[in-house]
Amino acid sequence: MQSTQSTFENLRKDFPILKRTVRDNKRLVYLDNASTTQKPNQVIDSITDYYRNYNSNIHRAVYALAEEATEAYEATRDKIATFINVKDRQEIIFVRGTTEAINLVAYAWGRSNIKEGDIIVTTEYEHHSNIVPWQLLTQEKGAKLEYIGMGDNGELILDDLDKYLATGKVKLVTFSLMSNVLGTITDADKIIEKCEAAGVLTLIDAAQAVPHMKVDIEKLGCDFFAFSGHKMLGPTGIGVLWVRKSVLETMNPFHGGGDMIREVHKYETTWNDLPYKFEAGTPNIADVVGFGSAIDYLTKIGMDNVREHEVELTKYAIEKLSEVKGIHIYGTKDITKRGGVISFNFADVHPHDVAQIIDGEGIAVRSGHHCAQVLMERLDVAATSRASFYIYNTKEDVDALVNSLNKVAKVFKL
Amino acid sequence: MSGNADIYHEMIVDYSRNPTNYGKLEGHDVIFHDSNPLCGDSIDIAMKIDDNKVTDIKFDGKGCAICMACSSVLTEITKGKSLDEVRKIEKNDILGELGLEHLQAVRIKCALLSLKVLKSALYIYLAKHLDDSEDTDKLKEDAANLY
Repeated sequence: MQSTQSTFENLRKDFPILKRTVRDNKRLVYLDNASTTQKPNQVIDSITDYYRNYNSNIHRAVYALAEEATEAYEATRDKIATFINVKDRQEIIFVRGTTEAINLVAYAWGRSNIKEGDIIVTTEYEHHSNIVPWQLLTQEKGAKLEYIGMGDNGELILDDLDKYLATGKVKLVTFSLMSNVLGTITDADKIIEKCEAAGVLTLIDAAQAVPHMKVDIEKLGCDFFAFSGHKMLGPTGIGVLWVRKSVLETMNPFHGGGDMIREVHKYETTWNDLPYKFEAGTPNIADVVGFGSAIDYLTKIGMDNVREHEVELTKYAIEKLSEVKGIHIYGTKDITKRGGVISFNFADVHPHDVAQIIDGEGIAVRSGHHCAQVLMERLDVAATSRASFYIYNTKEDVDALVNSLNKVAKVFKL
Repeated sequence: MSGNADIYHEMIVDYSRNPTNYGKLEGHDVIFHDSNPLCGDSIDIAMKIDDNKVTDIKFDGKGCAICMACSSVLTEITKGKSLDEVRKIEKNDILGELGLEHLQAVRIKCALLSLKVLKSALYIYLAKHLDDSEDTDKLKEDAANLY
């Protein structure tokens, strides 16, 4: 543990942004990692290296630069396969992010598989990106969208799922592996077991999970799996959709254009092999390369160590925040069932006011509905403040957050 | 730039705790609702209008301290005014009253949501009661371009 601890202290130097100050020379305490993470030099450098030294398009030209670019691009696909334990690299599709991944499934799988009267099941703690695409699809098809409810402990009520599965009309169950508001880690094994028994496909929104814990696709046994690069040290605008090959092979293309074709004639086209059939147009090459460096970085630390570090920090933060009079923390207190995301409210002060006042102390937290208005309704709040951690956060960061709340208390005379 | 805690002076905090003209208005002549998708501030404004004059006004909903204070001040300013005078209310009438002229861009929507709702409510009322479509179009545009 001693060596792990020092690893986490040492890695702060890799993140140039953590050296800057904000608002009257205050140390930046960045606690909005569920939204996006900061980038280490290794990632930033690999992107500029691509643009400086081997910028070219991929999969086409035969010259040296194109070969290097193609190699770097495809190397990231292999790194991802190892990182999330995918046996077949053809199942990994590069997309802009989790939102695009889910929309791709709704469009390319959903439009030809969902019919009138069918049911798609999601949950009450989803991000809008795992609700709205399904609303669009079910409304278009005359199908129905149902929700697995959430208990007061912030965990899903899986009996709801049994009820929907019993109708025999469910075609897809889609859920996040970790709530972006409450940090609740979903019992995916149980959901997938039920769905498999019922012959229903499952989609996992892993945007919050993959950056923070070891995830094994083989073990999970889902059919669709999506996550984003920018929440795990990588650049914005790059993410992954994994689809089980037997399902992927039945799917129509998402976007038509270059690179996704085998032969184009005036009135018909044949498709390229997987995964290229789903990667139309010149992709985000630079950021795929950068994403590869992010995965290297995390692999070196080890995802079990990442999780351990965050558990430690979250435990400490819950303990310290609970000591502040008037703080209400949402979600489960069981640390084994939650990631490093803490949503809270402070007495009757609106989260926007909390965030603004502590911003003056250099603390960056998110306030608002966190793109989860269905969950906000369920919690019966307009908004929450949210602190979320990553590998470079420290107990000093937590202390700074807790101290800054004194200022809020003073301004609002709590 | 008035960045942080200094915008939370006594008046703002007091208004956020004890907003004026807050609650539901029975028997209103017009009501309008809008929200700020960014932060979830959500405001209704209801008015009683008699002889082209706002005889009563109330706002309802949830918002941050800035939103609640500005809504309070706006309803105070509006009450008793003629519709012509209400049309002329500008953002600086509200911001100035609370010393928020230099509020940063991300919070300006919190401050001006209620003014947007008021202008929209007025537009709906005038569209129903007046024939001057050019005038109401102008008002609609004003509301849309507030921030």
